[in-house]
Amino acid sequence: MMTPQDRREIEALLHTYPTRQAVALEALKIVQRRQRWVSDDDLRDVAALLEMTPAELDGVATFYSQVFRQPVGEHVIRLCDSVSCWIMGEIALQERLSQLLGIRTGETTPDGRFTWLPVSCLGVCEQAPAMMLDDTLYTQLTPEDLEAIVQRYVQEGSR
Amino acid sequence: MKTERPLTQHIRADGLALNLREYEATGGYQGLRTTLQMEQHQVTKTIQDSTLWGRGGAGFGTGRKWSFVPDKDLHKRHIFPNEIVVMIEEPAVWDNALAGFTTGVKWGFMPKGEYATSPTYLVANADEMEAGVFKDRVLLEGNPHQLIEGMIIAAYAVRADTAFIFLRWAYKEAAQRIEKALAEARQANYLGEHILGTDFSLDIHLHISAGRYICGEATALLNSLEGRRPTPRAKPPHTATVGLWGRPTVVNNVETLSNVPHILRNGVDWYKALSYTAEGGTKLYGVSGRVKRPGWWELPMGTTAREIVQEHAGGMLDGYQLRGFLPGGASTDFLLAEHLDVRMDLKSVAALGSRLGTGTMIILDDKTCPVSMTANLMHFFARESCGWCTPCRDGLPWTAKVLDALEAGQGRPEDIDRLQKHAHLIGSPDSTFCPLAPGAMEPLQSALQYFAEDFQEHVRQQRCPWH
Repeated sequence: MMTPQDRREIEALLHTYPTRQAVALEALKIVQRRQRWVSDDDLRDVAALLEMTPAELDGVATFYSQVFRQPVGEHVIRLCDSVSCWIMGEIALQERLSQLLGIRTGETTPDGRFTWLPVSCLGVCEQAPAMMLDDTLYTQLTPEDLEAIVQRYVQEGSR
Repeated sequence: MKTERPLTQHIRADGLALNLREYEATGGYQGLRTTLQMEQHQVTKTIQDSTLWGRGGAGFGTGRKWSFVPDKDLHKRHIFPNEIVVMIEEPAVWDNALAGFTTGVKWGFMPKGEYATSPTYLVANADEMEAGVFKDRVLLEGNPHQLIEGMIIAAYAVRADTAFIFLRWAYKEAAQRIEKALAEARQANYLGEHILGTDFSLDIHLHISAGRYICGEATALLNSLEGRRPTPRAKPPHTATVGLWGRPTVVNNVETLSNVPHILRNGVDWYKALSYTAEGGTKLYGVSGRVKRPGWWELPMGTTAREIVQEHAGGMLDGYQLRGFLPGGASTDFLLAEHLDVRMDLKSVAALGSRLGTGTMIILDDKTCPVSMTANLMHFFARESCGWCTPCRDGLPWTAKVLDALEAGQGRPEDIDRLQKHAHLIGSPDSTFCPLAPGAMEPLQSALQYFAEDFQEHVRQQRCPWH
């Protein structure tokens, strides 16, 4: 359910645009922040606030790669698989990540700690290969770097 | 030897953004002050005269884009708003995007005189989602005020009262810096009501995207800003007449707009002289792949690919040879080592059957399989298709699947002909609504041409010879 705080934040944006629908993506991002994905309840509430049908808003929500309509883990790993990263050794990173977490792209670890999502280019091709873990960017990765980074997050959770 | 680097010379070595005071100390906002003394049409004329081509990858001149906007005062003043547009057009500020008009010409499409209406919009396209492209990030992170000043000048020329920066979702650092710069600009009255005491008012809003490459296509971007699915719109009408919420709208690339303050401040002749060729100005070039120093460099427009790769990127890593390159991002045709002397401008790269695109090169080395690289590119385009047109929605995954089969040792002799046929069918400009699918076919059709033997070996050996 949308919180009063969410509602206030979304309403504060309405004056920027001539239509309520224009706030759709920003509103979805606001509700997504709370539990990292947009539930059906959230979607219905946002649609009502923006005077859209839930179906119409879902059509928007499901289009964008960074709006999640399914639960994701505590940490979202986006390992770039586009051309420059691929040339610079991304396949080896994929293999290492798969070994480490026991999942493949598009999957969440059974303990709900990590979701690994495919991502198209992070715009740091001169520092390839690259990964974004939550909001943090990691570049020029070797499989060893990747393992050390992921292990840090793993240990943080077990503390 | 041309050494001026107006867009990047003041970017700090530590990579932090210039704040307002630092930007002003470099001459920042002088171009705006000059602009506000001019008639709108003179500004657009300057940009038209500059020959500024759009820097987003399509190649649309900025001044021309501006002159498409309606001019409500034209009628009263008996002045041609085209004059402003012509200035931008003359220095050849080509909108470094994918299209093919100078920026001044684009501006010149905006309605004028009795046709002018309000609101009118300006949008900075900072989506930069093409695989292998990162040049606008440098400008957004290093000097956001330069973009903002360019936007204010552009908005003045096309009589826009509201502007948006449409930012790639992954550019989180840039987002913070732009917000800070916008706040500083508002504080100093470069934005807001009655800018610097004139009757011109403007605000700029930052819109952070939520992913998908298709949003970089101008009309898809406008749908996205309206909170819709970002499928491209039919053209005509051009966005200059029917754009955001049906209003006249100019969409310009970040690098394009970042050129504008310098043209207004230093003039058309200065701007044109920055270049080695007839396409004015400098260009942000980039290199990724197995070179010694991957990175970006602002260089005179028309610098050779060889100079960029050998001198600036330091040549190939030891043990690797350059076999080919995509000159301007994932959607440009492969070129070969024998093409390295090409001048990296629109006309010269086009003469070789490829496109300058964004000028951000991706290098294919001799230890990387060209079939596999093409498959990687095809998966990118297939994933990013918006799904509107059948040849793109169904054709791209199909093409990727055939390439995967070749890689997996399941290729059949007829596959190569089929790929060729589909590259032609999907790639013909009239088969789809927007340039995504034709762009996707550029690396495929050129790979089939230049690396034909590699494709055949995959079929003959029933495996990828690189693995």
